[in-house]
Amino acid sequence: MEGKVWKFGDAISTDHIIPGRYFYLRSNLPELSKHILEYERPGFSDMVSPGDFIVAGQNFGLGSSREHAAIVIKMNGIQAVLAESFARIFYRNCFNNGLPAIICDTKKFREEDVIELFVDEGKIINHTRNETIAFTALPPVMKRILSDGGLVEHVKRYKDLKLF
Amino acid sequence: MGMTLAEKILSEHVEKEVRQGEIAVVKVDLAYTQDGTGPLAVRKIQEMGFKEVYNPKKTIFFFDHAAPSPRFELSNDHTFMRDFAKRTGSQVSDVGNGISHQVVAEREVKPGDVVIGADSHTCTGGALGAFATGVGSTDAAVAMVLGKIWLRVPETIRVVVEGKLPIGVYGKDIILHLIGKISAAGGTYKALEFTGDTIESLKMAGRMTIANMAVEAGAKVGLFPSDEITRSWLNRMERPQDFRKLSPDPDAVYEKTVMINAKELKPTIACPHQVDNIKTIDEIGDVNVDQVYLGTSCNGRLEDFQIAAKILKGKKIHPKTRMIVTPGSRLVYLEALRDGALETLIESGAIVMPPGCGACVGLHEGVLGDGEVCLATQPRNFKGRMGSPKSFIYLGSPAIAAATAIEGKIADPRKYL
Repeated sequence: MEGKVWKFGDAISTDHIIPGRYFYLRSNLPELSKHILEYERPGFSDMVSPGDFIVAGQNFGLGSSREHAAIVIKMNGIQAVLAESFARIFYRNCFNNGLPAIICDTKKFREEDVIELFVDEGKIINHTRNETIAFTALPPVMKRILSDGGLVEHVKRYKDLKLF
Repeated sequence: MGMTLAEKILSEHVEKEVRQGEIAVVKVDLAYTQDGTGPLAVRKIQEMGFKEVYNPKKTIFFFDHAAPSPRFELSNDHTFMRDFAKRTGSQVSDVGNGISHQVVAEREVKPGDVVIGADSHTCTGGALGAFATGVGSTDAAVAMVLGKIWLRVPETIRVVVEGKLPIGVYGKDIILHLIGKISAAGGTYKALEFTGDTIESLKMAGRMTIANMAVEAGAKVGLFPSDEITRSWLNRMERPQDFRKLSPDPDAVYEKTVMINAKELKPTIACPHQVDNIKTIDEIGDVNVDQVYLGTSCNGRLEDFQIAAKILKGKKIHPKTRMIVTPGSRLVYLEALRDGALETLIESGAIVMPPGCGACVGLHEGVLGDGEVCLATQPRNFKGRMGSPKSFIYLGSPAIAAATAIEGKIADPRKYL
């Protein structure tokens, strides 16, 4: 599915993605998700459309372990997060919630480019610029978690970790 | 070929030899969550269809973030977590008991353990020689119900710190200096392993400060070999039986080695809004401070309060500055009361909060307003972390915090020592 690019810089922390001041909304995810990235881009939740992409620089998702950061991205209909690098807890949290986190050269994308992600093929097509950007294939364990619909679905099915 | 600490500990928990780069399913000795991540973890457990946890004695629900709760929504979350813990026979460390990482370091963590916590600063346990790492609610939920987790065995960056620490320089300055050197992403997906004569003589409080901030360099874990200092900590916590000697093999393979000459270190500060925006006290210039915050999982221990009390003894906090102090645990609170450190801090004008995460998360007990500046001993200074996105957080040692409280601007502690 095609989607639009929303660009962000380096070192976007989980505090940026969903600030601690909304701690009290963590058990009210629809309300919490309205505050996604609001310091970086006020009103972001109203601007995004289902299937859009967050495209960022280095070390996206650093900081707190709050899985709510990955969840509010997913709840806002974001199809995947592309970044030059990810912080590790956030990276796991994305896949655990069925949200692809793709490491690639994001300098090749501009705001509002329309792109399409092919996770299995390891490529992104930039329809606006007629470019194909390849990325290193996901580790098998991440592919498995994604194809099972996230880690909860996996464990629900197997009552165990059967990832490889 | 020899093994790093990470390879040794993980191999023991996979029951076969695993090496850096391999992905393995690893047995978990201790799994915990706190009130910010716990309600989601409980919902994940329920979604997975589990009604029990794998080992209730080694499953702990901490109430440390909203402790005590400042909002009814969070009180409801607390009730939800307590009910689940009760139904499953899991352990509860309730409001007032302290920060998860501090409490498990006191009561649970031992060298060679694998510890999984739904809180990024779980890596604090690395100070005791445990493979302790932070995860999200789902991974913690899986660890709680299956007693295992999948992990990639990390490559290790060896950090060698040598030489005598100058007066006024502490564990906090070492870790801030390191993060400035390798960046906030310099340890991503890696283990940090600390060694060298400075580390060998560093007390447990300083080691915990360093291990706590391993995640601020992106690392999975910040590991210390266990030694006589580990043993004396476990003795002090009345669990001498939990000691075992654990060190890396001399021929272990490291991704790289970072050398730090302790003698050259100065009091060090992380400036807004990134933890790797590092300056020494000599470079900081005039920075007026509205609030000084002493405590948190990084520097909320007895030794931290003693350092601050030594500097503040007989002095008053600057009239334009407030100082908030939050003990890391009930034990620290009692120790610092009996020791007199808290009395000194209160006499100088500080406000003491109940044990917990306090203001660090921007939830309560010292939330910053527009334009306000805070010098905090906490591990993190992201924009808006402590309240307003228009506030500014500087990070430094308890000594810098105390000197800053006296002068009302970021100050050099060395002249008070």
